[in-house]
Amino acid sequence: MAIVAQSSRFGTYGRPVLAWAIGLLFFFPIFWMVLTSFKTDADAVKPEFLFTFTPTLENYLNMTANYDYWRFATNSVITSVFATLFSLVVGIPAAYAMAFNPSRATKDVLMWMLSTKMLPAAAVLYPMTFLTKSLGLFDTHFLVVLVLCLINLPIVVWMLFTYFKEIPKDIIEAGKMDGVNTWGEIREILIPLAWGGIASTALLAFIFCWNEAYWTVRLTTTDAATLSKLIEGNRAPEGLFFGRLSAVSTAAVGPIVVLGWFCQKQLVKGLTFGAVK
Amino acid sequence: MGRIVLDNVTKSFGETQVIPPLNLTIEDGEFAVFVGPSGCGKSTLLRMIAGLEDLTSGNIAIDDKVVTEVPPSKRGLAMVFQSYALYPHMTVRKNIGFPLRMEKMSQAEIDKRVETAAKSLNLTDYLDRKPGQLSGGQRQRVAIGRAIVRDPSAFLFDEPLSNLDAALRVGMRLEISEMHERMQTTMIYVTHDQVEAMTMADKIVVLQAGVIEQVGTPLDLYNKPQNLFVAGFIGSPRMNFTEGEEARKRGAHTIGIRPEHIDVVASGGVWNGKVGVAEHLGSDTFLHVHDTGLAETITVRAPGEVTMKYGDRISLAPREDLIHRFDAQGLRIG
Ligand SMILES: Nc1ncnc2c1ncn2[C@@H]1O[C@H](COP(=O)(O)OP(=O)(O)OP(=O)(O)O)[C@@H](O)[C@H]1O
Ligand SMILES: [Mg+2]
Repeated sequence: MAIVAQSSRFGTYGRPVLAWAIGLLFFFPIFWMVLTSFKTDADAVKPEFLFTFTPTLENYLNMTANYDYWRFATNSVITSVFATLFSLVVGIPAAYAMAFNPSRATKDVLMWMLSTKMLPAAAVLYPMTFLTKSLGLFDTHFLVVLVLCLINLPIVVWMLFTYFKEIPKDIIEAGKMDGVNTWGEIREILIPLAWGGIASTALLAFIFCWNEAYWTVRLTTTDAATLSKLIEGNRAPEGLFFGRLSAVSTAAVGPIVVLGWFCQKQLVKGLTFGAVK
Repeated sequence: MGRIVLDNVTKSFGETQVIPPLNLTIEDGEFAVFVGPSGCGKSTLLRMIAGLEDLTSGNIAIDDKVVTEVPPSKRGLAMVFQSYALYPHMTVRKNIGFPLRMEKMSQAEIDKRVETAAKSLNLTDYLDRKPGQLSGGQRQRVAIGRAIVRDPSAFLFDEPLSNLDAALRVGMRLEISEMHERMQTTMIYVTHDQVEAMTMADKIVVLQAGVIEQVGTPLDLYNKPQNLFVAGFIGSPRMNFTEGEEARKRGAHTIGIRPEHIDVVASGGVWNGKVGVAEHLGSDTFLHVHDTGLAETITVRAPGEVTMKYGDRISLAPREDLIHRFDAQGLRIG
């Protein structure tokens, strides 16, 4: 009894307090970044202006004037959308096959796909750079889409596989008996039934694509450069301009934070692999 | 048309063979029931006919066309699953019409057929509901509706009634039998319930460990079981068996007598013993008799109400002409 009472007191008071504390801890850097983006570069580094300063839009105006924010943003949208689409186009049939027609090798293939994520990206940096340059793919949308798609495929296939596994096999078999071919099974039965899971997967893949920085920074210069590249570009050459950097960062993460906010439920469902019903 | 021939069919899962070479012919229009204990391979056999399970070797022909390599969608068979396997995202109307839509039938024709099927299954009021909003019995009707709309060459049922309560099961059993009489289409029905097998089948296939023990009409199996397994499996309550002196006297290793073929007599019966438990069903009474000098308890089915109680002395007279005799291998003699 004592334990029950204690834990419920923790539940009513302790838990919300803890949750808020952790929430604020995580939120503060973002809040700080947004705040700093409205300061001049000079104000940004002075501790006394942490909360009290004269807000200015200078950083944002400079950004669209000097850096062509919209081009980077457009590239981010294009590459993320297409990479997500392609990873679904490849991932859905792959996960379908593994979930409903598993072979002896299925488990190993799944493990192998995951193991590719264990190789440090830096290990293949030079081969990738030389290869893409010699193939004339360097700094093209095609390359970025391809790379983002490949990076995300393992996680996409894994997530979809987990969702598809939850669909009773009988239903797919009923479809076969009702005269449906493989594409029909995917289109008429699998996709409608796993719609929530597919949406969660797509959302997560899109976010990963948008945030990807290692390859997009290194395999692009201007034509296919994404917002990650824009942030990166604002860091080095003229020293650290915190106000400007914060504005660029805010403008880069803004869209994805808004997207994530609206799709919160779907995302949580996706990340817990449907465990939350 | 729907004549199904299994020719030396086998099935192994990895190293374990669940169906040793098996031959079976199911005639067009026949109601065949696969019956046998759990794990004997009934579902596996049905799924092989459906095409949902590959054969390890052998061939399956439907109407003299070998279909071994034909995918399930092209075999022209309809299946009703134990779990119903309805499409949860579609209404009842869409579920029933689904196979027709896959055949690219015109919408007008689909609507017409769905309405007809729904009417015959009393589903008209539920056409716009999703499967989740139906009772188990209604779901099973939808599953049957989905099977009948497309005029398959044969129906396959895998324990379709086992998730229903007893009363509903009897009702659906009759409905399926009636459906068969009306349509005269081949049906293969899997069950482990021998009452379903006896009441519905034209032909019963008794399976044990993937081997066909006997094929025949229900009364064939009842009157002339070919071996001990079939004798014990068909009939309720179970046939009484005994070995030893009583069997030897009748020139057999084992003899069997059904509970309904033993008369209770006032005195001078063959076996005299004491009544153990008496089960009163109203129409019949099952008496379990001990201390008859036989090793086994004898079950007797006495018609009507019997007033005997625990411990009463009883005299039993088996009808000699209805005693089944089996040799040491368990095979029928005569
Ligand atoms: N996918 C599989 N992999 C390995 N073994 C299997 C597989 N499916 C079935 N078996 C085995 O094959 C045998 C026959 O199974 P099956 O499902 O056909 O039995 P059943 O007669 O339908 O039993 P029940 O009345 O319990 O449904 C069983 O011993 C089962 O363990
Ligand atoms: Mg079964």
